[in-house]
Amino acid sequence: MTQLRVPAALVALAGLGLLFFLLPLAGLIVRAPWNQAAASIGSAETVTALELSFFCSVTATAIALVLGIPLALVLSRTSGTLRSVLRALTTLPMVLPPVVGGVALLLAFGRTGLVGSFLYQGFGIQIPFTTAAAVMAETFVAMPFLVIAVEGGMRSLDPRYEEAARALGARGWMVFARVTLPLLRPAISSGAVLCWARALGEFGATITFAGNFPGRTQTVPIAVYIALETHPDSAILLSLVLLAVSVAILVAMRDRWLGAP
Amino acid sequence: MTKRVVVVLVTGLLAACGSSSASGLSTPQTDVTVFAAASLQPAFDKIGARLLTTKRFKTTFSYAGTQTLTSQLTQGAQADVFASADKEHMNTLLDAGLVAAPLAVFATNKLEIAVARGNPKGIHTLTDLARPGLVVVLADPSVPAGKYAQQALRNARVTVKPASLELQVTGVLSKVALGEADAGIVYVSDIVTSGKVDGVSIPDDENVTAVYPIAPLKSATNPAGAKAFIDLVLSTDGQAILKAAGFQGV
Repeated sequence: MTQLRVPAALVALAGLGLLFFLLPLAGLIVRAPWNQAAASIGSAETVTALELSFFCSVTATAIALVLGIPLALVLSRTSGTLRSVLRALTTLPMVLPPVVGGVALLLAFGRTGLVGSFLYQGFGIQIPFTTAAAVMAETFVAMPFLVIAVEGGMRSLDPRYEEAARALGARGWMVFARVTLPLLRPAISSGAVLCWARALGEFGATITFAGNFPGRTQTVPIAVYIALETHPDSAILLSLVLLAVSVAILVAMRDRWLGAP
Repeated sequence: MTKRVVVVLVTGLLAACGSSSASGLSTPQTDVTVFAAASLQPAFDKIGARLLTTKRFKTTFSYAGTQTLTSQLTQGAQADVFASADKEHMNTLLDAGLVAAPLAVFATNKLEIAVARGNPKGIHTLTDLARPGLVVVLADPSVPAGKYAQQALRNARVTVKPASLELQVTGVLSKVALGEADAGIVYVSDIVTSGKVDGVSIPDDENVTAVYPIAPLKSATNPAGAKAFIDLVLSTDGQAILKAAGFQGV
């Protein structure tokens, strides 16, 4: 097959687009105070924020796996209006501004919220301002990425494998655990990585619902925001850490996204 | 043909970058851009409305934590006027050579404890904030309101374990107004204009006075508008609006 020639003007626009992506990254790398890198990344505050971010994003991904895979399964087995409604509801957090998500979480799980008021009055539990709140904010924003990826995987699954298992006498749960899940492994892993990356970068919902306190709710993106105003150098270095993580994800997932032709 | 499209796109992009020059074509130099500390919003919105009726200058405000605005301005953000919630951040801009004329102090503010309507937790002093089980929210120490709150707590010799350090003083106020926090330290003016929380006053020997300086900026594209806005803030009219919003005049 002969390759189509791309018009010069489109190549120029493509170059402009690429430059638009690359320049900010170049800015980070050029302006980074490399000589202070070790001291700044190793400082107690930075390590605390990195540890908290890691814990919250991994926990959020774990919750998303436990709740998201069944949700994706249900989504892939429904059709018609029900499916459209369910799908719209699951993808809503993807398009909702995260700050709005945070306000919504406050109104549901806050002390005076729909569910939160029962928790508070009945058990004295207050969710906002806790690490649990940071995890919930990240799960809320990131889980749809996993659900969408897994649902896509389920739809492209050949139903004959499950039918064969059932014909051989396997029950519903066994089919799911021994046939469906293993077949879905690529979709689940790519969905989980996407979900984790989105959780790691979460800012708006977290600051609104969980607030900001070092070691409890101050994740790396919030630490970057505060540092930008007080210690710009460490903000740049922290941003570089997040950039390095993102690049590492891209490299790790290259088979899936950068795709062999 | 395609080349022309590219040229149009690029010039469009460039024009969009200089929004003030673009709008200057249709409405000749009437827009004033004011960067102001978040706590000033209720008063400055009224002053902006007054400026529109008296001098035909339309004011566009950017309200945020003073520290956020300062870093935006040092990074090259364009504005005509800067109103800060402390002198330190204004000095940062002075040192960076971004301020056009000597600054004027136009208002002062005191701190107060914001509590839920009717003060259900019975909070009467700063010492009460150290009570275990109480959810107290402060502004982050990088925010002027947070720095002042720390000073007040130090004056009262109280150690508080805050649940959250909000990124601007309005965040503290909203957490108390929403009922998520039992108390927070904010400005008197925040409580006067909020209407959703009650204020518990802090005695003068523990309290801190926030000083608000204002100045025109060198990056101003509308120096006349900047001067008109600052003159109005300092005038009897402007000072009356600020007093009604809970600020103290100078």
